[in-house]
Amino acid sequence: MLNASNLMKSFDGLGVLRGISLQVNEGEVVAIIGRSGSGKSTLLRCLNNLEKVDGGTIEIDNQALVKNGVYCPAAMQRKLCLKMGYVFQNFNLFPHMNVLRNLTEAQCCVLGREKDQAQKYARELLQKVGLADKEKAYPYQLSGGQQQRVAIARALAMDPEILCFDEPTSALDPLLTQEVLGVIRSLSAEKRTMVVVTHEMMFAREVADRVVYMEDGVIVAEGRPGEVFDSDKVRSFTGLGD
Amino acid sequence: MELIQQQLPIVLHSLNIGFLQTLKLFIVTLLGAMPLGLVIAFGSMSRFKPLSVFTRVIVWIVRGSPLMIQLLIIYYFPGLVLHNPIWGGGESGRFLAAAVAFIFNYACYFSEIYRGGIQSVPVGQIEAGYVLGMTKTQIFLRVKLLQVIKAIVPPMSNEIITLVKDTSLARIIALQEIIWAGQSFMKGSQGISGAIWPMFFTAVYYLAFNGIMTLLLGWLEKKLNYYR
Ligand SMILES: Nc1ncnc2c1ncn2[C@@H]1O[C@H](COP(=O)(O)OP(=O)(O)OP(=O)(O)O)[C@@H](O)[C@H]1O
Ligand SMILES: [Mg+2]
Repeated sequence: MLNASNLMKSFDGLGVLRGISLQVNEGEVVAIIGRSGSGKSTLLRCLNNLEKVDGGTIEIDNQALVKNGVYCPAAMQRKLCLKMGYVFQNFNLFPHMNVLRNLTEAQCCVLGREKDQAQKYARELLQKVGLADKEKAYPYQLSGGQQQRVAIARALAMDPEILCFDEPTSALDPLLTQEVLGVIRSLSAEKRTMVVVTHEMMFAREVADRVVYMEDGVIVAEGRPGEVFDSDKVRSFTGLGD
Repeated sequence: MELIQQQLPIVLHSLNIGFLQTLKLFIVTLLGAMPLGLVIAFGSMSRFKPLSVFTRVIVWIVRGSPLMIQLLIIYYFPGLVLHNPIWGGGESGRFLAAAVAFIFNYACYFSEIYRGGIQSVPVGQIEAGYVLGMTKTQIFLRVKLLQVIKAIVPPMSNEIITLVKDTSLARIIALQEIIWAGQSFMKGSQGISGAIWPMFFTAVYYLAFNGIMTLLLGWLEKKLNYYR
């Protein structure tokens, strides 16, 4: 479904991604873990075209977003990236739109859905994330956890094939973290394809089908959660070693 | 007192005519400077270095020098130096020259406010629009625009109130606005001379006008406060 190989990216001469290859299969939940500064966010941002790689290939549904460092035309990039959804660490809801409008805006202007249809779908999704009663609220009136759940619903409204999360709970306190993790958990139960960058090790262990451990811009361990968490390198990182 | 009562209608009539010219200059300046300011703002934010440097230098010069000097130069330079008095000598020529000077001057001030407003929208907002598949234009119109407007309304209000008072500077090229009208009764006009009190009345016009503007802009600011 998503196939990235040999991705290279540097900022001001500093290599942040140094030959990353990652494959995401349909229905799979991939967790990306690693120390701060290891390049997790950069990787996820490159996959969603928020950042351009310097080299490597990214294929979404067998179509190349970038091939050996050469990007496809801009219109094509936008089309391909519609297959990807992205949830930000700090939500980035549109502050001037109420919750419902946050969910319908892009459905209408990007996918060309009718307003009623978009609203109906938005309400279904709000129900799903447990916020059916908040459709009229503005983002500032919601808690962080609620905002993040709206952001997840907003991403889902575009029917992405792969949903990406960059530390979706690290701006939240523990109680609110759980409500957001609960939503992600329920999405994984529906066999949604997801890539989750997270510091929540217990969660990664529980929900992920595959865990990817990054260090200094390379993937040093990858596999089933049990295997990866028990490998020595990762143990020293998680601090669960001894 | 009785004399003033006799003269009042004459004075008010003159002041009204002057105020109309003031109002005209005010409106024309806003209509011209608001869009031109946006063009200048985009110029100063351009990634094409020569353009952005050039624009910023111009803005710096215009904001750093008195509007009165700019008025004088724009009005007199073509005639005195180029021997080509493009503005003509009449009131309409003076108005045109004043309008050009005001529009350009205020566009430069507005451009800086716009630039601040546009840059105040967090990058995350733009990225959020982007990952939802919006085009640049859609992001500008649907995501940024209202946030920019909310950010610029308070500083724009200040500039607009200042503009109301600045229109009086056009007096320097003898534009027949309200100060000119009030002053004429000091010098002598329509049988009234040496009268200072019409000047107090001109101040009342400015106060009333600014009062209305303050209310209007305050209302707009409040309207935009529906979100934080
Ligand atoms: N826009 C940028 N400009 C310059 N350097 C950047 C930029 N974005 C990221 N970096 C650098 O790239 C490196 C990797 O950053 P990245 O955000 O991908 O790490 P991360 O693994 O997500 O870390 P964290 O767990 O703290 O979120 C860091 O050294 C960071 O300073
Ligand atoms: Mg990060």
